[in-house]
Amino acid sequence: MADEKIAVYFCDCGTNIAGKVDVGEVVKWAAEQPNVTVAREYKYMCSDPGQDLIKTDIKELGVTRVVVAACSPTMHEPTFRKAAADGGLNPFLLQMANVREHCSWVTEDPVEATEKAKRILSAQIHRLPFNEALQPIEVPVNPDVMVVGAGIAGIEAALKLADAGKKVFVVERDPSIGGHMAMFDKTFPTLDCSACILTPKMSALGKHPNITLMAYSEVTEVSGYVGNFKVKVRKKARYVDTDKCTGCAACTEACVVQKVRSEFDVGLGYRPAIYIPFPQAVPLKATIDPAKCLTLSKGKCAKQSCVPACGPGAIDFEQQDEQVELDVGAIIMATGFELFDCKREARYGYGRLANVITSLEFERLSNASGPTGGHIVMKNGEAPKSVAILHCVGSRDENYQEFCSRVCCMYSLKFAHLIKEHLPETEVYELYIDMRAYGKGYEEFYKRLMDEGVHFIRGRAAEVSDVAIAPEEEGRLVVKAEDTLLGIMRRLPVDMVILSAGLSPRRDAKEVAQTFGFGCSANGFYLERHPKLEPASTMTDGVFLAGACQYPKDIPDAVAQAGAAAAGALTFVNNPTVKVEPTISYIDPEKCSGCHICVGLCPHAAIQFNAEKEVAEVIEAACKGCGVCVAACGSNVPQQRGYLDKQIFAEIEGALAL
Amino acid sequence: MTLTYSYFPGCSSEATGKAYDISTRAVCDKLDIELKELPDWNCCGSTSYFSIRELESFGVSARNLAIAQEVGGMDLVATCSACYTILAKTNRYFAEDPVLHETINEALEAAGRTYDGNVNVRHILDVIVNDLGCETVAEKVTRRMTKLRVAPYYGCQATRPKGTFDDPEFPTSLDHLLEAIGAEPIYYPVKTKCCGGMLMMTQEDAALRLCHELLKCAQDNGADVIVTTCPLCEMNVEAYQKMVNKAYGTSFNIPVMYFTQLLGYALGVDSKALALQMQIVPVENVLAKVPA
Repeated sequence: MADEKIAVYFCDCGTNIAGKVDVGEVVKWAAEQPNVTVAREYKYMCSDPGQDLIKTDIKELGVTRVVVAACSPTMHEPTFRKAAADGGLNPFLLQMANVREHCSWVTEDPVEATEKAKRILSAQIHRLPFNEALQPIEVPVNPDVMVVGAGIAGIEAALKLADAGKKVFVVERDPSIGGHMAMFDKTFPTLDCSACILTPKMSALGKHPNITLMAYSEVTEVSGYVGNFKVKVRKKARYVDTDKCTGCAACTEACVVQKVRSEFDVGLGYRPAIYIPFPQAVPLKATIDPAKCLTLSKGKCAKQSCVPACGPGAIDFEQQDEQVELDVGAIIMATGFELFDCKREARYGYGRLANVITSLEFERLSNASGPTGGHIVMKNGEAPKSVAILHCVGSRDENYQEFCSRVCCMYSLKFAHLIKEHLPETEVYELYIDMRAYGKGYEEFYKRLMDEGVHFIRGRAAEVSDVAIAPEEEGRLVVKAEDTLLGIMRRLPVDMVILSAGLSPRRDAKEVAQTFGFGCSANGFYLERHPKLEPASTMTDGVFLAGACQYPKDIPDAVAQAGAAAAGALTFVNNPTVKVEPTISYIDPEKCSGCHICVGLCPHAAIQFNAEKEVAEVIEAACKGCGVCVAACGSNVPQQRGYLDKQIFAEIEGALAL
Repeated sequence: MTLTYSYFPGCSSEATGKAYDISTRAVCDKLDIELKELPDWNCCGSTSYFSIRELESFGVSARNLAIAQEVGGMDLVATCSACYTILAKTNRYFAEDPVLHETINEALEAAGRTYDGNVNVRHILDVIVNDLGCETVAEKVTRRMTKLRVAPYYGCQATRPKGTFDDPEFPTSLDHLLEAIGAEPIYYPVKTKCCGGMLMMTQEDAALRLCHELLKCAQDNGADVIVTTCPLCEMNVEAYQKMVNKAYGTSFNIPVMYFTQLLGYALGVDSKALALQMQIVPVENVLAKVPA
């Protein structure tokens, strides 16, 4: 141990580290530390020449241990481990010293930063002699993939994978796939009919031989690891035998409860208690809403007219939720977004003033298959003579969501166009903070709308009121705003107000993320592995992100990310095996007393009890290296490779040695 | 159980807003809320002071909070919304700006005082609705204000800027309190609109326009009376009705009361003890509407 040869590499990271830490001084100090054979400074260690330094020193100087003082190990540990391995050294004999995130970025005083860098480095220099060569564990990969959520992003990812020959399980919470896109009327800026471009994909998914669709189902539990996830799915009872149901909808016409607010029409229209959400639903199966069905909620329905109406006899009031277990190698999350709750913005009067509606409500209103057959009308059935569209409701607002929701400017322009198309005489006002027309063909679309005679007013609306102070305001809505281009306050009397609501994370995004073992960003959307380079990956290997669950996106961006997520999943499941980190726990059978404590505590069910030998044993492929058993054992028997007591203590000694 | 608070009456309680102070004390007495007047209180630092000399305004405000800290152990209750806002604002600024906190404490130390920033500032409406509760109030009502249509006027400051005890834009606590005494809170969408405030002194046109909007909305929605939570609102909306009428050709003569006056009446407090005779637009006819 005393004759280990340690090489120290200190990265400047341009000015990221060298701008704060006196690298020259630290390297000079490091060269004098016990066991250190060589200490070098380099501008960018992650570059090829930087990595070559490591390889050459291993070969020429006979280096046996390496420490790279640079960024966080989550960033480049794999890079440097590979360099060490290429040089002929076991990669686990290399340690990272994080002198960027833990030091130069967070320390104001250069002298203190330099001292701190030494301590961080010293910890690793002391630790390294105790490091052991470890061999990666190779485990077989299950080639199947699960996609969670089947809006446009989930559908796209599932089809890509299925077309690549993979078996795909699609789990969707709602009775039908399609997500928000199925509710939209037209898409910006091309004005394609949303349903017309989506429904072929929906039906392709429903029919694909490689896809198992589990609609009206939710994931309840995920365990395992990349290549070998175990997923529990709850298939909610539809109270309809889907094998028998033909989707003829005779039951929906027969149902005595017809006035349930339709989720698909965002409450503007009605559906029966037994329903098919929309005509193009996939799967085209009826579902009974247990809260509204008289038989299921009250225990009696005088007629039970759905039962005789159903020719194949598919109605089954006794049906129960079903638990299904799936084994998959990779998972794609595509759980989408929720519309910002406009009731929170009380000054716009949503929920209080009849003709203040949300953007999603307008989508249904302008949709030919919507509750008004595509007629844009007020609550009294008349067409509005003037409409104000209020941008950034709930977005770019410190009271609610600081971020820009990215799609609202464009869909607001689309609304203006649709209003002008349906009602050419109607005046349309767009009240915006900035126009963000950033995509392909978007700016051109904005220009087109200006030519179509839409009034653009630069100013966030202050209030929507029904208090008239002038004759022309009587009986109408008044939008108050500062017109920041004219420098005046304006009162706009209009008949209808559309709130261009922002996109919010799903209410349960945090819990869902936890179930899958990754996290959320500060804004509540799922956290990607790297904001620039791995926007479609999560911190959990084998779990990917697609669509608006990661951040607000329009359709083309969601589709593009879905492709990236599918490719990401393929890179795992296309390999027969996957290498798992060997930094897992092991239990010495000679020392184990068989007390069982660790068996019950292991959160990954990775410890089993060998009744014959009366000892606990670690299932290597299941252990995640969390360390719970190490901390729990009264006799200190389980040890975690790569995090042995002697290694940790040496690290602490090193940090305190200065 | 008696609820006990430090009480900051504010300057208006000794002049134009006397009726607010008198009725608040009477109501609290009835509701078993003990108000201990803050000893040697001074100007809250509000309004024009704040706009012109911010630092001094914080100092003046903090002196009151320092005294409340010395008295100790109680939330500080204000009736005037401007007092409430500036005292709460001082707290918030102290928490966010340690340098300001230190500067003001230096000034306080010259007078042998200090303030840590931990006195809770409350509005009397918040205390009655949330600490005592509308149900408790309802139990103590002896004269239900049945058929009385009331415009609940919160004014611009009681729930702003961040809405500590109610929604900042469309609050409902006063509405609930009115329901608890049997009155009917009318639809009053201008409930948090500005009364004109100090503009009545400097830009009369603008202030009268704002008052006109408040009065018109109350009338359009059939209010018998407007109740307020702020002495400045009360004065502007009540005392300037004749000038509004002159400017807009209207004929408003709408009674305006402090919410504590109406509440006290419902609790059976004597008219005199609520200073009802101090109102400019007589309220007797309105109150006569209530069945005995």
